[in-house]
Amino acid sequence: MKSTTLDISARSLQINNLHATLENGTEILKGVSLEIPTGEIHAIMGPNGSGKSTLSKVIAGHESYVPTAGEILLDGVDISEMSIDERSRAGIFLAFQYPNEVPGVSNANFIRAALQARLPKGEEIDAVAYYKSLYEKMDLLEMDRKFTGRAVNEGFSGGEKKRNEILQMMMLSPKYCILDETDSGLDIDALKIVAKGVNAMRSADRGMLLITHYQRLLDYIKPDQVHVMAEGRIVKSGGPELALELEEHGYDFLKEPALA
Amino acid sequence: MTSVLPAWLRARQQAAQQRYESTPTPKRGDEQWRFSNIKQLNFENLSGKASPADAADLISRSVGLATPTAKFVFLNDELIHSESSLATSIICLPLAEAFEKHSDLVEQHFMKQETRLGSAKYAALHEAYVKSGLFVQVPENQIVEGAIEVHHWISGGVTIFPHTLVVTGKSSQVRVVDIFHSVDTETSGLVIAFNDLSAGQNSSLDYIAIQDLNEVSRIISINETSTARDARAKGFVLNTGAAWARNESLSRLEGPGAHSDMLSVSIPDREQEYDQRTYQHHVSEGAYSDLLYKNTLYGHSKTVFSGLISVDEKAHHTDAYQTCRNLLMTDDCEANSMPGLEINADQVKCSHGSTSAQISDEEIFYLQARGIDPTRARQLIARGFSVEVVERLKDESIEALVLSYIDEKFNGIAKD
Repeated sequence: MKSTTLDISARSLQINNLHATLENGTEILKGVSLEIPTGEIHAIMGPNGSGKSTLSKVIAGHESYVPTAGEILLDGVDISEMSIDERSRAGIFLAFQYPNEVPGVSNANFIRAALQARLPKGEEIDAVAYYKSLYEKMDLLEMDRKFTGRAVNEGFSGGEKKRNEILQMMMLSPKYCILDETDSGLDIDALKIVAKGVNAMRSADRGMLLITHYQRLLDYIKPDQVHVMAEGRIVKSGGPELALELEEHGYDFLKEPALA
Repeated sequence: MTSVLPAWLRARQQAAQQRYESTPTPKRGDEQWRFSNIKQLNFENLSGKASPADAADLISRSVGLATPTAKFVFLNDELIHSESSLATSIICLPLAEAFEKHSDLVEQHFMKQETRLGSAKYAALHEAYVKSGLFVQVPENQIVEGAIEVHHWISGGVTIFPHTLVVTGKSSQVRVVDIFHSVDTETSGLVIAFNDLSAGQNSSLDYIAIQDLNEVSRIISINETSTARDARAKGFVLNTGAAWARNESLSRLEGPGAHSDMLSVSIPDREQEYDQRTYQHHVSEGAYSDLLYKNTLYGHSKTVFSGLISVDEKAHHTDAYQTCRNLLMTDDCEANSMPGLEINADQVKCSHGSTSAQISDEEIFYLQARGIDPTRARQLIARGFSVEVVERLKDESIEALVLSYIDEKFNGIAKD
């Protein structure tokens, strides 16, 4: 992909030697390093319990984890000291594996509140433009208009919740998207729709990180890089072919060096 | 206005005065006043002298629905404004006028039920002193579109006794909204309000009370609803104001197919205390009642909910539900819930439950991860918690009105 001559060295989400523990001191991330430049999609694969989801939450700023070392640089700026909402406004978006329900808050009002949070004090969202943009994206994600008035994720099916995450992502237009197991619980049709949304977000100005257990998602969203995570570290990185290799051989190869 | 009260009312007022005097003041340990702050029943601090109020100013401040079907404004139980576009077949009059013009009709329905949730003494006081409020009677098959809106203003120093009596004829429909305001924020007043709702066969009767008194005033509000065969009654109370509010709500299901929704939203802050007692009385078989009370507590506030579902011996095939949910926004607030069931019939579907919870970190995390700061996130979640009740009103303009009071309360809390 061609880039402009601007300084692109800083246009990335860079994670350097990131360590994080649970509040009880158990170390989950044991030195993760990773760089996602804008314009690229990276995938992290790995067995259950390898720390993939924890990594996504630590990047987003979840307070159940204590970062003990390392840094998270967003376009060269360390965001480690920022609160969750500051990170979001700075351009990080986490699509949840299990999106929460927010009873009594309509989807339209929720997304509007998120957009409003990005405006200077006193400035208001233009309602007409907002709904126009919302409907366009809902149409792309094949979401019925009734979802604007329904409470966030309440009574949504698994697939509807994931689509709703992608809708929020499209509306907030973040610089870096982290999708945590977005493919889990989706049937093939829903997976295709979600992939369509993600692919529509692909841009030279945006980096994405897909966290997934299965190769299946990567049939629909082509990654530039694939990383394998195990026991809190990135143990292997490569091109898209790495995902196919994993699909074929499973994660057992990770154990081989120890056995040898 | 000088009006001659009908003889039946004069007799009842005298009897009520005696009943008030002979009924003991509730005391600590009375089951119906469990967890209550009995000290709030000391009314001696009221001077009895109304602080001044500008009627014209209050009329302009009496803003509610965009287009009420009829609108009445009272100041200290005196009518200061009225307007109406109701059909002439519908009786909708200040109570004082109704006593005069429709004495027999009012007598038939006026304070018929026995007050049994603890405030019998104050119901007697109300009966002895009532002189104002609204009487609505909708004849058979008449549908009143929109809603009748009533503002009750109280200036400091006095006690008022607003009364709302609504009677719906067969297959008719009406909605009435009462809004209780204080003239100023500093002077304390006392409201002893009563609403009598009588939903006739297959009719639909919605009653909405918005309590937004100043935080040095107190209110006792007693609701008694009777629901005939296939009638649908809906009662809703919003508490945002007052230092102390006691709501007693009794719904009697008197015919098969009767349906009663009992709804409430309360958002106490600082030292506010709301004390709510409810009674779902299934007299008839095959009736349905559903109660949902939600409290969102801030500051050092306190709520008490005590609810009883009572199913009479012959009230088979009853469906009755009762839920009280408390959202605790601080560590210093206190929510007390006492749900209860008394079932004496067969093939009955009943459930009751109460919950108290704080907003979980995971809920906040989700909103924060969308860029919403934690204070605003908590407010959105708390508002949503109340919205779930408000949506059951199923009337956009009334929902918007109720939400405007809820939002004003949340905005005030955010500024603290």
